[in-house]
Amino acid sequence: MSLDNILNHWSDYRKGSEDGGHHDYEHRWAMAINLDLCIGCNACSTACYAENNLAVVGKERFEKGQAMHWMRIERYWDQQELEHPEQGASFLPMMCQQCGAATCEPVCPVAATYHTPDGLNAQVYNRCIGSRYCSNNCPFRVRYFNFYSYYDSSWPEPMEQQLNPDISVRDKGVMEKCTFCMQRIRSVKDKAFMEDRPVQDGEVVPACAQSCPTSAIVFGDTMDDGSMVSKLWKKHQVERGVYQKTKLAKKDADLRGYRIFEELNVDPSVMYLERVREDI
Amino acid sequence: MTMVTEKDINEQIAWAKINTDVLKSMENPRPAYWVTLAVCIAMVACAVLAEYIQYTVGMGTADLNNPHMWDMYIAAFVFWIGMSHSGTLLSAILHLIHADWRKPIYRFAEAMTTFSLLTAGIFPMIHLGRVWNLYWVLPYVSDRGIWPNFRSPLVWDAFAITTYLTASMLFLFVGMIPDLAICRDNTTGWRKKLYGILALGWIGSDRQWRHFRKIYLLMACFLIPLAVSVHSIVSADFAMSIMPGWHITSFPPYFVAGALYSGCAAIITLFVLLRYFFRFEDYMTLPIMEKTAKLTFAIAMVWTYLNLIEFASVWYGHDVYNKELLIAKATGAYAWIFWTMLFCGSVLPFALAFRKLRRHMPTMFVVSLFLNLGMFFERWMIVAPTLSMSHEPHQWDIMYGSIVEWAIVFGSFGWFGMLFLVFVKVFPSVSMYEVKEMVFHRKRSAGEEDLARMTDHAKPVTQTTGGGGA
Repeated sequence: MSLDNILNHWSDYRKGSEDGGHHDYEHRWAMAINLDLCIGCNACSTACYAENNLAVVGKERFEKGQAMHWMRIERYWDQQELEHPEQGASFLPMMCQQCGAATCEPVCPVAATYHTPDGLNAQVYNRCIGSRYCSNNCPFRVRYFNFYSYYDSSWPEPMEQQLNPDISVRDKGVMEKCTFCMQRIRSVKDKAFMEDRPVQDGEVVPACAQSCPTSAIVFGDTMDDGSMVSKLWKKHQVERGVYQKTKLAKKDADLRGYRIFEELNVDPSVMYLERVREDI
Repeated sequence: MTMVTEKDINEQIAWAKINTDVLKSMENPRPAYWVTLAVCIAMVACAVLAEYIQYTVGMGTADLNNPHMWDMYIAAFVFWIGMSHSGTLLSAILHLIHADWRKPIYRFAEAMTTFSLLTAGIFPMIHLGRVWNLYWVLPYVSDRGIWPNFRSPLVWDAFAITTYLTASMLFLFVGMIPDLAICRDNTTGWRKKLYGILALGWIGSDRQWRHFRKIYLLMACFLIPLAVSVHSIVSADFAMSIMPGWHITSFPPYFVAGALYSGCAAIITLFVLLRYFFRFEDYMTLPIMEKTAKLTFAIAMVWTYLNLIEFASVWYGHDVYNKELLIAKATGAYAWIFWTMLFCGSVLPFALAFRKLRRHMPTMFVVSLFLNLGMFFERWMIVAPTLSMSHEPHQWDIMYGSIVEWAIVFGSFGWFGMLFLVFVKVFPSVSMYEVKEMVFHRKRSAGEEDLARMTDHAKPVTQTTGGGGA
């Protein structure tokens, strides 16, 4: 972000956030999560802990809301059943939606979070000063802050041996969040580059999608028309950057796709497929 | 029907008496001064201990959590920034419109501006996760060519606050130069040295006065838009986000009105304290208190009006998140804070409408403290409920903060009080040369009786040729 860059690209800079400021995406990684298949087993969350060196904060701090689960299973009950029984919950796996017009990006004072050519919101841990504005401006509340230094408490010897060497361990005072398993994307892209070929669909599998027993999570590149995720998005008529109001009005039983908080116009990269319930 | 206009201060005060009275305030205050100072230092000690724990252990000790990434620290930050605005109102705006009654009280109000800014400036640091990297917010020359993100309101904050702090400190200093010269001419030892340096060789010549008037007016004009912009930018911290309860168009004027309001209330508090500590009954007079109280009342009504605008626009806007949040504020877990805020901010100021109460110092002291309590709650009600109940229902939560957080916020009042009390002891807290102006001008426009008395050589008016000149 040099001065020349700002002066030369001032107009782009100002209207940039509408599509993330990039016009030359290499990939646009996206997900489709079928809520009808989700059984709320938390395998995705556990896999995420293992893959991304997430700190285990302990019961007390979890209760205070200081947990670090990049991937969390949200449980909701229908409005009639206010007593929250053990059964009957709807599950919603929630992770960073890698928004195309992410609200976290413009508010960071030091530009520690920015948009990559892969269509992801990257978080630069080393640049983060911990103002936590990004998290406050995230409607999905999926950014997690290192309120403490967890290295000793979370991975006592010899547990540090199981840390993933492809990704850093964050210390106190920085923000972190789901990266769509950036390290896996990187290694696949590197491999494809060495073999001089494009990245194939299904080659990149994030830890959550890999561990899902019902294959509820489909991951892929929406720039690749042949990918599974593109087909799903197309089938359910969910488009990038387009507010899906008209489609929702149609009430077609087959069109189950939606993106959360579509009305906020943040262009999330995750499409959910509505749960089908017979009694409704 | 005849209106008896009351004089702001007794115009029979001799200039020499003004000098001695104010200089005396720098020597022997009442014992209550020392007690208050000790209490303030103890409060700062609490905060330092709490900050030490938070710094070494982590931000989690403040009980911040996922929805509540900001809490009392930011509320206190907005509160202190707000408090700084009335000093500028009194010293700059009222200077431009020739409201002479501000003259005996603007000095300490301007000092309040500076010190509350210094208090506010601490909070962004306290609340940062990695405070040692704070300078990354500034556009310094870096080998890596990395700049701050100019789209972020927090960066605007950093610019706005440092500019305002610099300008208001300079304004305070420049306005004090003639008085510093008086101090220089009447002290000995280290004080003489200090004032000698700060007085910048002031001898009270015509040329110096001419330049002084010009620069003072210029800085006043410069400071007014700055004050308005600073709190507008602070409001942008909230208004530029997409959160319900924050993303509100009327926030900049709402914040500025709230700022002037809490600042005026603080001026009343300090007015009463200084009047007692330094026996300033002749200068901080009841008519001046009345005028300050009336000003506060007017601003309170503006604040109330802007509150109603906000509620109405949210209510009729039918934005579901905003509307639910407003209902939750009024009926949910934070309801007692919300209603206390509205009571203290909109109902209690009607006490200022009664002449008897306006002239009763203990009442004014208590009322002004409650007004500021309401304004502190206002800031809290801006920051906390939005985070408690934002878009994502899974992350809804209620939070009241830990003892560490409260200790730091509590200590910030001590920090402000400590700086302020040291200032008013070391520097003249009443502007001597401007109080003299009040007496001087009134005499010229006085009736024939006074004129006869002034020209009566049998009773010469005592005057001093002390450094001040004017």
